[in-house]
Amino acid sequence: MREELLRIIEKNSRMDLKELAVILGVEEVDVVNELAALEAEGIICGYHTMINWENTNIEKVNALIEVRITPQRGQGFDSFAERIYKYAEVNSVYLISGGYDLLVSLEGKSLREVSNFVSDKLATLDGVLSTATHFVLKKYKDHGTILTSKYEDERELITP
Amino acid sequence: MRDPLSRQVVELKPSGIRKFFDIVSEMKDAISLGVGEPDFATPWHIRDEGIYSLEQGHTKYTSNAGLMKLREEICHYLYRTQGIHYHPTREVLITVGGSEAIDIGIRAMINPGEGEEVLIPQPSYVSYEPCTILAGGKPVIIDLKAENEFRLTPEELKAAITPKTKLLILPFPNNPTGAIMEKKDLEAIADIIIENDIYVMSDEIYGELTYKDKHVSIASLPGMKERTLLINGFSKAYAMTGWRLGYVCGPQNIIEQMTKIHQFAIMCAPTTAQYAAIEALKNGDEDIVEMRTAYNQRRRFLMHAFREMGLECFEPYGAFYVFPCIKEFGMTSEEFATRFLEEEKVAAVPGDAFGASGEGYLRISYAYSLEKLKMAMERLAHFITKLREEKGK
Repeated sequence: MREELLRIIEKNSRMDLKELAVILGVEEVDVVNELAALEAEGIICGYHTMINWENTNIEKVNALIEVRITPQRGQGFDSFAERIYKYAEVNSVYLISGGYDLLVSLEGKSLREVSNFVSDKLATLDGVLSTATHFVLKKYKDHGTILTSKYEDERELITP
Repeated sequence: MRDPLSRQVVELKPSGIRKFFDIVSEMKDAISLGVGEPDFATPWHIRDEGIYSLEQGHTKYTSNAGLMKLREEICHYLYRTQGIHYHPTREVLITVGGSEAIDIGIRAMINPGEGEEVLIPQPSYVSYEPCTILAGGKPVIIDLKAENEFRLTPEELKAAITPKTKLLILPFPNNPTGAIMEKKDLEAIADIIIENDIYVMSDEIYGELTYKDKHVSIASLPGMKERTLLINGFSKAYAMTGWRLGYVCGPQNIIEQMTKIHQFAIMCAPTTAQYAAIEALKNGDEDIVEMRTAYNQRRRFLMHAFREMGLECFEPYGAFYVFPCIKEFGMTSEEFATRFLEEEKVAAVPGDAFGASGEGYLRISYAYSLEKLKMAMERLAHFITKLREEKGK
């Protein structure tokens, strides 16, 4: 049930325990225990809500920044990543194989705010060789959810 | 002017579904639980392969029997899922949906006007009976029973067989009941079929949608392959209804004659769909698992909802239908469905649209999102509470 449970709540974390139990064909107490275990094991890390900020009148700017670094002796990439991910404006930090080392996704209120972060905080860190900032113009799909179109049921109402 | 019409066609009963459809389409903003097709779109990699085939200019007829590569993939599929060996050049025909295979299969096997009987277990899909009549055969209905979970029992089969019996239609997993025939059930009827030297048309279009053990084809039982037409297709397993693609595997002599009809009537199944179907068989196993998991969750949800409202329903383990019993309300299926639609704005198909033995039942499709099903079940609970109060007065 573990994988099926995770797949359901990954799409809809608001489903209540009773309903989860029904559709999984188990007892409610099993769901409660499994969720507790998944949280304790660090598998479930939160129950966030997916928001398409573009549909609000709140201004947000998203950027993806490629960072090339020289790993410090005895520290590797991890400590470097830590210095970056502690910033609240940083949404995610990935260690990447290939042409650069860290992919940092950033959220700011304005272009200026993001630019300032890159030029003042990120680029000046010891060991940063270069940064390349890409601003997000439009989000089509995020976390497996298509943001640009709505599902319309075009089936006939009754078919054999 | 003289009558342009064929009496046989005119006398053919229109499908009960059609009648109900006309009522439903008058109703604005109704929730429908009435469809017999998946709510999912065809997985993208399959659609993409169809698009790619168009880009490549594969816009011509294929051979009558269908693309060789597709027939080979079908044979691989039936070997890996059922352990049956079919020969791709002699024992496989690609058709326009499973529906065409049903039609031409019966036509290839029945001698018109000689009283040859086709056994049709009901409730079942609406086309077996008219296709039999149009082929000049005599439909003999076997009324399946809720107490047997709508499976076909050896006793029921035996009682229906006469010296004229030629063909048995075996529609499992079943639309509309959701019933399945497990291996033991099939074994119990296989002996009778062999003893009486009759043929089987096994419509396994819902074969990938079972929620207990894996589906077993009757063609995989000893002595059955040579007397079975195995019909399947891509509509239900891969959510490809609009592509119109099915297939039939069976004994060479029958497939040959079916190919002849197919060649004259159809030429070949749609080429684009055939290319897409190759991709479905090669790389679509995971899609099936994902959709089956979703259907199963909805199925559990509905069964639980029925239990909560005290509505009688045997637990179905196949297809994407549940078939609750509404006899306690003292109405016909049609009256119930019509009132349910008018008073609660939910459309479900009256069980008798699938044969007289479906009277007293309702077909509810769960090819809908959980949110939609939830809404519909709230309305159903409200409706039957009202009916019970009415009855109590």
